[in-house]
Amino acid sequence: MWRAELATQFRRRRVKALLLILAAIPALLAVLVWTSGGPSAGEGPTFLDQVTRNGVFASLAGLTVTVPFFLPLTVAVVSGDSIAGEASLGTLRYLLVRPAGRSRLLLIKAGTVAVYCLAAALAVAAGGLIAGAILFPLGRVTTLSGSTLSLASGIGRTLIASLVVGAGLFGMAAIGLFVSTVTDVPVGAMAATVGFAVLSAVLDGVPQVSAIHPWLFTHNWFAFGDLLRNPVQWTAITHDLTLQLAYIAVFGAAAWARFTTKDVLA
Amino acid sequence: MAGPSGAAAPAIETTGLQKHFGQVRAVDGIDLEVPVGSVFGFLGPNGSGKTTTIRVLLGLLNATGGSCRLFGQPMPAAAGVVLPRVGALIEGPAFYPWLSGAQNLARFDAAGPDGDRATRATRIDDALARVGLTAARSRRYKAYSLGMRQRLGLASALLKPRQLLVLDEPTNGMDPQGTREIRHLIQELARDGTTVFLSSHLLSEVEQVCTHVAVMSLGKILAQSTIAELQASGGRRLAVETAQAADAAVVLERLGLTEVLVAGDEVSARLDGQLPEDCCRALVEAEVGVRSLITVRPSLEDTFVALTGEGFDVAR
Repeated sequence: MWRAELATQFRRRRVKALLLILAAIPALLAVLVWTSGGPSAGEGPTFLDQVTRNGVFASLAGLTVTVPFFLPLTVAVVSGDSIAGEASLGTLRYLLVRPAGRSRLLLIKAGTVAVYCLAAALAVAAGGLIAGAILFPLGRVTTLSGSTLSLASGIGRTLIASLVVGAGLFGMAAIGLFVSTVTDVPVGAMAATVGFAVLSAVLDGVPQVSAIHPWLFTHNWFAFGDLLRNPVQWTAITHDLTLQLAYIAVFGAAAWARFTTKDVLA
Repeated sequence: MAGPSGAAAPAIETTGLQKHFGQVRAVDGIDLEVPVGSVFGFLGPNGSGKTTTIRVLLGLLNATGGSCRLFGQPMPAAAGVVLPRVGALIEGPAFYPWLSGAQNLARFDAAGPDGDRATRATRIDDALARVGLTAARSRRYKAYSLGMRQRLGLASALLKPRQLLVLDEPTNGMDPQGTREIRHLIQELARDGTTVFLSSHLLSEVEQVCTHVAVMSLGKILAQSTIAELQASGGRRLAVETAQAADAAVVLERLGLTEVLVAGDEVSARLDGQLPEDCCRALVEAEVGVRSLITVRPSLEDTFVALTGEGFDVAR
């Protein structure tokens, strides 16, 4: 069923389009830099000023640009749709009488959303790498600490960074999955999930509640940049991934409790 | 198929089954028994609780009270074991619009615990052929007509040999040929021993294929029996065409027939054990000129309306 589920979801035009747009964003960024000659050092989003010297940075700049808004938006769309989308199509009742098993179905949905998170972040990295490689020279990668890495390990670290970004979205995806078990209206679930992300980001900007900042799921979304230091600074990344696990546990349990007992009227 | 509680466990059995939504008693304590091998017509006006019953039976809704069993196994506890033996069409078909018919079937086959991958392609081909969809197998579901969607739903229910088919309005949206084909399909499946639980509004349809009937209204079962018994319970009527209708009515009343109605040249009355030939002789001896004399069995529709009332408005 796992393969059938992935095949079903990734055959959707919507999912394909989201991944294509995500890949196109860093490519667009690279084209803009290429035509304008690029910002001077220190201007624009992190990593963007390095793109003209090294195409690899188009990936990292792409991640920086998509992390605060577009990536989470697409994760909200896919996770909010996970169960509510099946309910609104009516396919949920047929999956359940097949029987797919409620716990099993939820687990598979969670897995699919997780795969989407990683695929989405990888799409950004891949789009940036391809556009960067075409438009700009590639070479040794200068880290934020000033030292340089070989091109291969630079690309390797970029890909790992994108996986860290993807895994950093798991917490939000868990929230989306939970909301998706509460309603039969996918758009409502998507909007509510975006709402949670906005709330988290707003709270993160209010110094009066700084005590809860480390526990907000959006707080460490930029930690992936630490992979471009030498040596790699793991503290924030580890904290972020642990925090995402906690969100998965809490909202995953809530989703399970809700979904395994709910009346399916759709 | 022998259930754990004995060889003759009914395909469907509910005891005091209830499902309430707030104040609404959608299913209000029903005892349903669907014998193995029957074609069971489940009738009732809109909003009578038929679909809610089906959803509880299949484990989609939690019962408020009472219990239900499929082949002797408790639902929803035994869903994983018993549902693979059940094919269902519930409130119309539902598939993924962006997948083709064949891809949709593969998706649902893979979703179950028993969707053998080695035989999947053959089973999909067979099921599509059986409902006449082979030509549309690669077309996206989005482009299917209502009748084609209904056929795909049936194909999905027939992907594996089933012991019980639960069909909620299977001919909805189908043309007369399609309806006929479905009727033949149901009869063919029943001949092979599949129990069919058929919820329908098409009473003539039910009359033609079903061996058993239950009539539901306002969450309760009003009647449940074999179709022959149900029709007999309505009583046969005698209809006499004559120029002397008033005289004929007197004769029939004297013979003990009840519910005597006179309408122009026709007199009709309910037969309560009296033989039509005796009535005929009595009429002739009373010098009533009989033009025609027939007995009328009430149609399922008459019985249905007698049980559930004439009203057009939904009951709640």
